Amino acid sequence: MQYAAPETTKAAVSLLAKAKGSAYVLAGGSDLLVRMKGGFIEPDLVVDIKRIKAMREVKKTASGFTIGAAVPCAELGENKALLKAWPGVVEAANLIGSKQVQGRCTMSGNLCNASPAADSVPALVAAGAKAVIQGPKGKRAVPVEQVPIGPGKTSLKKGELVESLVLPARKPRSGDAYLRFIPRSEMDIAVVSAAVNLSLDAKGVITDARVSLGAVAPTVLLVAAAARAIIGTKLDAAALDKLGAAASAACRPIDDKRGTIEFRTKVAAVLAQRAAKIAYQRAGGK
Amino acid sequence: MAVLVSTTVNGDHAEFACEPNETLLDVLRNRLALTGVKEGCGTGDCGSCSVILDGRLVCSCLVLGIEAEGRKVETVEGMAHGAELHPLQTKFIEHAALQCGVCTPGFLMAAKALLEKNPDPSEEEIRFGLAGNLCRCTGYDKIVRAVQDAAKVMRGA
Ligand SMILES: Cc1cc2nc3c(=O)[nH]c(=O)nc-3n(C[C@H](O)[C@H](O)[C@H](O)COP(=O)(O)OP(=O)(O)OC[C@H]3O[C@@H](n4cnc5c(N)ncnc54)[C@H](O)[C@@H]3O)c2cc1C
Ligand code: FES
Ligand code: FES
Repeated sequence: MQYAAPETTKAAVSLLAKAKGSAYVLAGGSDLLVRMKGGFIEPDLVVDIKRIKAMREVKKTASGFTIGAAVPCAELGENKALLKAWPGVVEAANLIGSKQVQGRCTMSGNLCNASPAADSVPALVAAGAKAVIQGPKGKRAVPVEQVPIGPGKTSLKKGELVESLVLPARKPRSGDAYLRFIPRSEMDIAVVSAAVNLSLDAKGVITDARVSLGAVAPTVLLVAAAARAIIGTKLDAAALDKLGAAASAACRPIDDKRGTIEFRTKVAAVLAQRAAKIAYQRAGGK
Repeated sequence: MAVLVSTTVNGDHAEFACEPNETLLDVLRNRLALTGVKEGCGTGDCGSCSVILDGRLVCSCLVLGIEAEGRKVETVEGMAHGAELHPLQTKFIEHAALQCGVCTPGFLMAAKALLEKNPDPSEEEIRFGLAGNLCRCTGYDKIVRAVQDAAKVMRGA
């Protein structure tokens, strides 16, 4: 195995594009190294992106936040401005693993690992985040939900990598939240998860919303029908019922030792409703 | 092909040669003879390999040795000052917060990292802060009490 730690995105892309055998980006390594050591992959080249300065920064701009692909999740929790604007995204990122894993893992790695149970991904999807992708043919930005296309599979082409994640600017009276169900209180993989992001008008009526579910399909889902169920409401009981029904209806889960189809389908509704209530409150709704 | 890596371990300059796919855990144990760091699982689940890398707590089993180039690594060997133990070490002994001791270096590093960020953690914060460290012997209560007590000493309370 060869290891390279380029200092620019351009150099990283060029290394990945020219690589003859199997080449992998190394961000926090909390998935990659586990898979290497387990013998599931044998990389010919590993490109460590942590020496690329631009990828180590969180930048607040007029159009929102740009989170470099090599920023460890622990750092997100320490960023007060980000926490205030996007508490749901930060709480999701800070649920990944332990403090030790937090010190290394990145949201971009969580996204590119393409697990349907990845914790930060539903929150990013609900937030309307975009992934900025750099490759041999230049730069493109896509909604994050277009990056994973199946368990362990992404839409990235050879030589491409995620350079940063962009969270949009916050409208006034907005809030987001993320919840997951795990049988333990820490250090476990989501059996079901839900994220809700919404904005209110001055009267507390929801003007727009995005609802996302994790671990109930081969990829994280953006559930438009669930968002429609609460838009135009003050999140009253009827709206919550409709939200739950739409969330359950969108589920296409598997049965495994962690949860049955029936359980996942039901809990998806409960978590979507609870996350919506938290997001509503964070947006200033009563 | 082995590569040469130059780094800082517990404040001292260190150089070693390692394979690119060798973990920092293996480098510390096998090449630098720092055997305080332990391998429990090798997959990031148990925390017995915890070290502090550039100020962040990490599992050294999930870091490549070569990544340490130019960075600062802290291990349990750097906690005591000569014969003078770190308050966490003293309190672990006083509270009998260890039995077999395999998890102890990892708990000490994780607790040190926790107290550096949060000098006065609640019991819940300690339990969450140390959730990445597994212990098969103590049942955790004694560890939590040792950390609470050490935090008090370190705050000068
Ligand atoms: C003990 C433990 C507990 C965990 N708990 C959780 C949990 O609770 N929730 C959860 O969601 N996950 C969990 N994980 C999985 C893992 O920590 C996360 O998926 C993490 O976010 C991965 O980020 P990373 O930076 O470490 O990725 P890496 O391991 O560096 O990379 C992951 C994959 O993405 C690719 N990649 C990384 N960055 C980029 C990029 N910028 N562009 C293109 N490709 C890229 C890599 O090549 C690799 O294939 C856990 C892992 C461990 C070891
Ligand atoms: S040996 Fe590294 S976490 Fe278990
Ligand atoms: S003292 Fe034996 S594992 Fe913790």
